[in-house]
Amino acid sequence: MITLAHYLTLAGVLFAIAVAGIFLNRRNVIVLLMCIELMLLAVNFNFVAFSRFLGLLDGQVFVFFILTVAAAEAAIGLAILVVLFRQRRSINVEDLDAMKG
Amino acid sequence: MLVNILFWIYAAVLVGAALGVILARNPVHSVLLLVLCFFNAAVLWLLIEAEFLAIVLVLVYVGAVMVLFLFVVMMLDINVERLREGFVRNAPLAALIAVIVAIELGYVLWVRRLGVELPAGTAPLPAGHSNTAEIGAVLYTDFVWPFQLAAIVLLIAIVAAIALTLRHRPGVRQQNIGQQVAVRPADRVRLVRMKSEREP
Repeated sequence: MITLAHYLTLAGVLFAIAVAGIFLNRRNVIVLLMCIELMLLAVNFNFVAFSRFLGLLDGQVFVFFILTVAAAEAAIGLAILVVLFRQRRSINVEDLDAMKG
Repeated sequence: MLVNILFWIYAAVLVGAALGVILARNPVHSVLLLVLCFFNAAVLWLLIEAEFLAIVLVLVYVGAVMVLFLFVVMMLDINVERLREGFVRNAPLAALIAVIVAIELGYVLWVRRLGVELPAGTAPLPAGHSNTAEIGAVLYTDFVWPFQLAAIVLLIAIVAAIALTLRHRPGVRQQNIGQQVAVRPADRVRLVRMKSEREP
């Protein structure tokens, strides 16, 4: 029998993989964005699972809003990436030192 | 029973594809594996009867966001080798942190049981039950203001994305519609009075 804990564990494993991905690909902005998408997917998994197993629909409505915000985030992030590539001819995080961070 | 088997199959493919996303050498492969992740997630959501979100995930995420990613990855000419520097050096730390996160979550879920009694599965919803209609019923009533706000967020995202990537290159001939509309005949046509000449 598949329970809530199975779904939450799957989401946790997915989130852990995404965190590892951020450490592994810390120079490549595109893969960093993809890891963030993966994290959002893990969070959405939690919302959907809780919504179903508690019998409340609010979680699914919240996932709907998360998807909206994630789409906006991806669009703006990729736009920044394109502008960045035009300026620097590179998407390496190490090259982003204009603000001396 | 079939649901259990399907859950394990799709969960295994999901985790494998997620590992592929972070380990793939080529960013294009990463994007395609992420698409596979989203498809598997959609099937897993179908298994717990969240049909609307499963379809939205495939249509909006795979259909729009991931295609956008694919466009950007293929448009930019990226030097992959330089971006992979430090990959091996960071691997032990990344694996350690991932294992710590997974173990902590597993401990809370399986040993402490979240500190509360988890609902152990629910009865399947009756036939003819519409998940989409239920979400619609609350989305346009209880959540109408968040819904409007989400629309505004999307509008701002559209404007921001266009404003960021718009550029004016010198030397490109573009149509200036304002100028075209504002043209008056007096600016363009000059009437000259001259004597008629004989054909040579």
